[in-house]
Amino acid sequence: MTAVMEVRHVEYTYPGGARAIGDVSLSLDSASLTALIGSNGSGKSTLIRLLAGLLRPTAGEILLDGLALEDWQPRLRAREIAYMPQATTTVFPFRAIDVVLSGRTPHAPRFGFESERDRAIANEALEAAGAAHLAERSVTALSGGEKQMVILARALAQQPRVLLLDEPAAALDLKHRAELMRTLARLRDTRGLSVVMITHDLQLTGSLFDRIVALRCGKVAAQGRPEEILQSSLLAEIYDDPKVRTQRIGDQTMVWIDK
Amino acid sequence: MKAKLIKAMAILTAILVVSTAVALVVGSQKIDFARVLSDPFSRTLFFRLRLPRVLMGLTIGASLAVTGASLQALFRNPLADPYTLGISGGGALGASVAIALGWGARVAGVPLVFLASFAGAMLAATLVRTIARTGAVILPGALLLSGVVVNLVSLAAVLTIQYVADPNSSLEILRWMVGSLDVIGMAPVGYMLVLLVPSWLALLALSRQLNLLAIDEDTAATLGVNVRRVEMVVHTICSLIVGVTVAMGGAIGFVGLIVPHAVRLMVLPGSLLLGAAFLVLADALGRSALPSGELPVGAITGLLGGPAFLWLLRRRKQYAAM
Repeated sequence: MTAVMEVRHVEYTYPGGARAIGDVSLSLDSASLTALIGSNGSGKSTLIRLLAGLLRPTAGEILLDGLALEDWQPRLRAREIAYMPQATTTVFPFRAIDVVLSGRTPHAPRFGFESERDRAIANEALEAAGAAHLAERSVTALSGGEKQMVILARALAQQPRVLLLDEPAAALDLKHRAELMRTLARLRDTRGLSVVMITHDLQLTGSLFDRIVALRCGKVAAQGRPEEILQSSLLAEIYDDPKVRTQRIGDQTMVWIDK
Repeated sequence: MKAKLIKAMAILTAILVVSTAVALVVGSQKIDFARVLSDPFSRTLFFRLRLPRVLMGLTIGASLAVTGASLQALFRNPLADPYTLGISGGGALGASVAIALGWGARVAGVPLVFLASFAGAMLAATLVRTIARTGAVILPGALLLSGVVVNLVSLAAVLTIQYVADPNSSLEILRWMVGSLDVIGMAPVGYMLVLLVPSWLALLALSRQLNLLAIDEDTAATLGVNVRRVEMVVHTICSLIVGVTVAMGGAIGFVGLIVPHAVRLMVLPGSLLLGAAFLVLADALGRSALPSGELPVGAITGLLGGPAFLWLLRRRKQYAAM
């Protein structure tokens, strides 16, 4: 396993605000699915935005292929890292296919139209996100879940090596969650994609992820294989609730809250 | 897709050509086109008044529409237009001050009123930007809000000046507030084009970045757009463009707001063409609506553009987040 990204002693404090991330270190392997868990306000979204290069660490450094994120040319970096925000606020009636095609920007020439190949990749991405039927629809007319599928397709069309997903499953139904996980696992196996995904669905993390990173108050509380992290005492600490219970059944872990 | 875009551009170009032809023919004074070169009266009418006016309409219309489209994308706000930058108001205020103080002089052939208007527009743009700046970054939301407020305050100041000024100046100030395309000779149009054409091209060159910004700021940033830099560049170019157009034609409203919404494909170049067509048609209407005299073009764009915008809004209900 080789590390694509490395986070070294990263801290982040919002301007004039509280410290959101304090001394986080971790490394992301290629061809791996990492779940980022933790209670609300524990710094998950801040960390993923730091990884996406949308925020700059106030201390420490984040390396992509050994080079600090801010030293990458934005366009070249965009070929390597794709980010899917929790929600997008598009107010203009773009067609879904055009939004997905925008994911090809870092690969397309600066001027001129996108190529047939770009179109093929965009259609493939829509298919993989389970959103092929939405291609011609206007994104402002889509439901929350449908919009997420289109945004996911856009991130896939970017053909990155690192895919950062901020709670993509939140707006998806069971079928689409399953499809999402299958797609990610397939891309991990075929293209060596490294995925970091914020999730509150611990059931999902148990069997499908290679690794879990748990944040608590802006610090890494625990990281390791799912069976190491999904344990009653550890989760009770991470989520600050003594009644969290887990049980391992085969390669699945049940998680519930005691009455 | 490419074929569809070419077709769309061809249709818009055709609309532009027809509008220009109509605008050249229509007017309170009939021009005998058969004798436009031989008859001195017709020649003067055509080359000193009609043609410069139509060219100015094309230039200002294209400028306002392309700035409107750029600003809407930049702020991800379908209601952004030159007015929301505060620039139009600033320009009108600059002109009003000059008129009220009776500055009739010219500097290097350019009337002081135009220079005062341009200075007012630039001052307003700078003021808006200073208010919206936090450290090194300019926040789009703050920019939009301070722009609207600076515009309102400027227009209030214009009204105050107009109220205390003598009736002649007062009438002239009104021209700047409403906007009008009357111009004599080709020289002013030439100056405008020298300043504006490079600015249009710069905005067109940024279309892709603006498109990505229109989808979502984070999306644009992770797709390789240097968001803060694009914001700075586009705001500066738009301020310059609107400053020039306000100095020449006054605060003509609604062109920048409505035209981009009527264009569905290739919004920036499409707006450029349709904006030009819309403004010369509106002016042709203004010149022929009354039995004698004419209505200023700004009144026509307001009367036509406002309802048309509302109609578009009703018809396209996708502007969900507005």
